[in-house]
Amino acid sequence: MAVLEVFDLVKTYNEESNYPVHAVNHVDLTIEKGEFTAIVGPSGSGKTTLLNIMGGLDQPTQGKVIIDGKDISFLGENKLIDFRLHHIGFVFQSYNLIPVLTAKENVSFVMVLQKTPKKERDLRAEALLKEVGLEDRMDSRPAQLSGGQQQRVAIARALASKPAFVLADEPTANLDSKSATNLLDIMHKLNREEHMTFIFSTHDSRVIERARRVVTLVDGKIASDVRQDVS
Amino acid sequence: MLFVFAWRNIWRNKRRTLITAASVFTAVILALLMRSLQLGAYQRMIDNVVSYYTGHIQVHADGYSDEKTLEYSFVPNDSIIDVIKEHPDIVSWVPRLESFALVSAADLTQGSLVVGIDPAAEDGLTNLAGKIVEGTYLASDDDGVIISEGLAKKLEAHTNDTIVLLGQGYHGATAAGKYPIRGVAHFSAPSLNNGMVYLTIPNAQYLYSTGDRLTSIAIRISPKADATAVAAALRHTTEDMPFEILDWKDMLPEMVELIEVDNAGGVIIISILYMIIGFGIFGTILMMLAERQHEFGILVAVGMKRIKLATVVLLEILMIAFLGTIAGILVGIPIIGYFHANPIKVTGDMAKAYESFGMEAIFPFSNDIGLFLTQAAIVFFMSLVLSVYPWFRILRLKAIEALKQ
Repeated sequence: MAVLEVFDLVKTYNEESNYPVHAVNHVDLTIEKGEFTAIVGPSGSGKTTLLNIMGGLDQPTQGKVIIDGKDISFLGENKLIDFRLHHIGFVFQSYNLIPVLTAKENVSFVMVLQKTPKKERDLRAEALLKEVGLEDRMDSRPAQLSGGQQQRVAIARALASKPAFVLADEPTANLDSKSATNLLDIMHKLNREEHMTFIFSTHDSRVIERARRVVTLVDGKIASDVRQDVS
Repeated sequence: MLFVFAWRNIWRNKRRTLITAASVFTAVILALLMRSLQLGAYQRMIDNVVSYYTGHIQVHADGYSDEKTLEYSFVPNDSIIDVIKEHPDIVSWVPRLESFALVSAADLTQGSLVVGIDPAAEDGLTNLAGKIVEGTYLASDDDGVIISEGLAKKLEAHTNDTIVLLGQGYHGATAAGKYPIRGVAHFSAPSLNNGMVYLTIPNAQYLYSTGDRLTSIAIRISPKADATAVAAALRHTTEDMPFEILDWKDMLPEMVELIEVDNAGGVIIISILYMIIGFGIFGTILMMLAERQHEFGILVAVGMKRIKLATVVLLEILMIAFLGTIAGILVGIPIIGYFHANPIKVTGDMAKAYESFGMEAIFPFSNDIGLFLTQAAIVFFMSLVLSVYPWFRILRLKAIEALKQ
């Protein structure tokens, strides 16, 4: 079952000028539930732009983005915010946790926005933090956590809203080798055991090696789309 | 959680929050002290004038305020007395018979206001006995007079001397009589000090041939009551009676104007003060908006509605303003309380200048609760106005653009 479908997607900057830039150029892509997909490519290849459009953060110049059967390509900003809250989990390169909230509160935050009852969100936040191995750091604020720990909280936060898929923009870029491996182990475990769909952009060869599907972008176009066996 | 979120956010930059709250604190404390002194002084002025002579309210025969002659005197029937007695806010009332006469002592003569009074009641309203600087106060059946100090000097008269009053009585009758001086009273206001003669009402009625008539009833109301409202209530109750009822604002329009002009000046200064502080807070808001664009982008990206985010920012601004306001009020209360109980006393030439206008040179601070509520309301309203800009910016925020910041 497809959780994300992209049809003939185009994103052009400076459309009106003599030198328009086609950041994403006629991309077609379908992501099935439970996939673990890496979007790779050199700098300027359009990875982040594609991710932003697939995550409903940006709008395409042309084409369609369908998530869970709903076309979000040209939804208004308020509807997009609501859609993101219920359907998409985000993990950012520099963690971007809310500095004044504890790990547990950060995870609970999206559930507060979803108006989940307190008891239910407390239980879920605790379970998610346990799953990413941070049951003993629930009351720590981001500044008290290492980069790897913060990124694990960010994954727990992304999963808290029960999204259709998690979009991660270079999630290991700021992590040391050990933390990056640890994070990938967690993502793999969630993918394997809970069929959580992960789509992430990356330059990191360690991440690419462990992705089941690798989509390579060059100049805004899909240059290759390879499925690989990962133990 | 949004409340907790906002509260913790304001402490992310403790120094900035404390500086901003301190600026609000400064504005509130300065405004409180200034307005408290101003309003306290106004109240003192009113109390002075009321207790010197006029009372809060006066009852006259219809037309007396236009032509203050004995032809507009009245017989105080039971109806009007009952209306006054029954009003719960009226503390005391005094009957008066007022007219003018020439006052002579030996070969010196001076024009003066002559007032027939009930000595005990008059003392209750105006503390006339306390103003005696020579001799004694009038007894209720006294056949003598009290004269003001300035008049006594002009007539070169002293206690136990005799003065002659000569004037026109009711319906043109001749008013003439001679009276021993029982005492000399000092009034701060030159207008009173230079020409007042007090005698008992029966003596005044006999002098002016008015029978039982009076020219006015001066009324004192309880401190919490509003003179205008009490006067309006009396007017309503006595609308079928031939009386005019005036409150002190009707009787002293010059003082009302003086207070209004001075008060307007105070309001302008306070407005300027708050505007300066407002710009300071706005600077903090601008910095905060610029610093947190990326964070706002993250929050909107993960699904926080922009109106909710704007509400959090509004809460943050209100919290900082609230901290400053509460601190200002908490510090202001004991200062104002102290100066309310121990008013500032001006001495020397400045004191004489105030006294020449009939005012004591004493400035108590007003401890009216409304003063504190007003400052809180001003800061709250100012914060709301200042929140319009961040509100507008956040409602137009696009996650993708904010994330790039």
